[in-house]
Amino acid sequence: MDDLQKTTDEILELAAKHFNVPRTQLTPDDDFFKKLGINSLQALDLLTRLEQHFHIELPDYELQGVSDFRTLAERIQSRL
Amino acid sequence: MLDLAQYHSLGEALQAALDRWPEQICLIEADRERENARFTYRQFKEIALPLSAAMQEAGLSPGTRAAILMTNQSKWLISAYAVFFSGGVLVPLDYKLPAEDHQKLLAHSEAEFLVAEYHLWRAISKEKNFGQIAVRAVIVTDAPPNADLAGAQRWEDFGRGATLAAKFVPRERKDTASIVYSSGTGGRPKGCVLTHDNYLEQAAAVAPVFPFWPGARYLSIIPTNHAIDFMGGFIMPFTGGGTVVHLRTLRPEFIREAFTRYGIAYMAVVPLILKSLQRGLNEKFDALPTRKRRVLNVLIAVNRSLTRNKPRLGLSRRLLKDIHAAFGGKLQALLVGGAFTEPATIEFFHDLGIPIYNGYGCTEACTAITINDQRPFRPDTVGGAVRGMEIRILSPGEGGVGEVAVRSKTVMSHYLNDPEMTVETIVDGWLITGDLGRLDRSGHLQLFGRKKNMIVTEEGKNIYPEDIENAFDGMAVKEYCVFAANYLWPARTMVGEQLVLVVHLEPGKEATAALAEEISQRNRRLLNYKRVSGYLVWERDFPLTASLKIKRGELAAQIREAVDGESVISL
Repeated sequence: MDDLQKTTDEILELAAKHFNVPRTQLTPDDDFFKKLGINSLQALDLLTRLEQHFHIELPDYELQGVSDFRTLAERIQSRL
Repeated sequence: MLDLAQYHSLGEALQAALDRWPEQICLIEADRERENARFTYRQFKEIALPLSAAMQEAGLSPGTRAAILMTNQSKWLISAYAVFFSGGVLVPLDYKLPAEDHQKLLAHSEAEFLVAEYHLWRAISKEKNFGQIAVRAVIVTDAPPNADLAGAQRWEDFGRGATLAAKFVPRERKDTASIVYSSGTGGRPKGCVLTHDNYLEQAAAVAPVFPFWPGARYLSIIPTNHAIDFMGGFIMPFTGGGTVVHLRTLRPEFIREAFTRYGIAYMAVVPLILKSLQRGLNEKFDALPTRKRRVLNVLIAVNRSLTRNKPRLGLSRRLLKDIHAAFGGKLQALLVGGAFTEPATIEFFHDLGIPIYNGYGCTEACTAITINDQRPFRPDTVGGAVRGMEIRILSPGEGGVGEVAVRSKTVMSHYLNDPEMTVETIVDGWLITGDLGRLDRSGHLQLFGRKKNMIVTEEGKNIYPEDIENAFDGMAVKEYCVFAANYLWPARTMVGEQLVLVVHLEPGKEATAALAEEISQRNRRLLNYKRVSGYLVWERDFPLTASLKIKRGELAAQIREAVDGESVISL
């Protein structure tokens, strides 16, 4: 498994757990706003959880225009 | 507070402020727990003037349009002042829009200068029509050291390039100060052309309700391109010697921390944020042991009865010490606007002794039309007209409700390059808002929704969906909205019109019998002629504007396209 795939998996795992959605329902290309049923404030909350998990800092703007798990994973991967 | 009557332009008034309070702090910028920067009015001036000089040398002349595309930060205000100092026209762009829209608005506004955060500029530079951008100079902030600037210059370097001192360019009151794009455009850009007179009159009208003084701090979280923050988080505090606190992140935990760390006096919010604060407080209250919870309830009841006629902050802070301490202990008021706020939410904070000043306004009227000044507390209204604002209700019908029209020195000049929409919107000097309301005997305005999405019952009563949505507040669904069935699926009849509740369930949840029962129960609490006749389960996210209002027209169009009235489950 390459690094990006591993990061993506960890994000999906965490998002499923945090927003109470079965992990099996989430795929990398899903729109996380739609799939998790979250608003922009909750998306910032997800970002905070991801920061804690990956021990990095993500500026809010990294979420600008991002709505799928794969792109989010790429943004995170580039900061790991 | 400066006496704004003596100034001719925003540039002139701001210049006077910088000279009046040189040693006071005007800006604090924080990122999470770190403080990035803190500027006195003197330092603000020392940074802004070379920037303004460089803009002049690069060709910014009186009337030249300069767009700003940034999240809330100190460089936003410094750049805006530099533009005003040189007599330029500011075009604040909404950073939450996609890059494609930024391109369109840059073209529509004919902006010749652009000051943008690097990541926003980068997105624009990757758009397919990038080559057609006609901006003369692009200045970027926050660019990483080796970034490809795509033709832009660094903000930090740009100001250093000036060879001469900046020359102040006077403007007249009638001159254009800014072009602000209001949301809800439906694809047709609405560039509100606002004059210096509009802004100075608005600031003078609102100042008695929200006075600023040296040391009074405003926490800026509504985007500064929005009329509310431009006034509340720039013009008002600066002309009163106050301080604006910017956060580079909008995560709720850091917003909460900022209250205590910086002793915030004012913060403007949209209803979504207010409700999120309310939820957070409720969770804390629910976690209290029974006895403590009872004591709290008593204190809240005492506070409520003692503050009915006017806020009594000192008293509330003593009675409900822990709650006020969590808000920093210096909070004067939370201002809520941008969308209709449910009376129950306003009441919740009022009962805790935290004054919520809800208001009503629009960019076309240069922000505020009414403000609820809490004397007495009237959560069912949006308050009375601000000073100098005339409100007329056009063709009032049942209960005195009609379309709200306003006249004031704060009403915009026109829509940029759109004479047709301008004449539809400003008629004989009156701004036609498209909102429905009525004035009560005390001159308070009550709103009843938009003009088109409404029904008239067989009894001849006009019912406005927004008016009854409160009944469904707190239901276990993700979001909901009430429509006139006739608005969703237009029928050529005015007989038997009905209301439909549209619910979007929480992810993974299904429409159960329990939900149907809950809707029925809540519906029954409404007066019979206000009840919804059925509900529709909608599976997609509601479209929202940048300021998080439901785009009702767009949602209605999506529903209309996907389903017909047969999908409504009758109650």
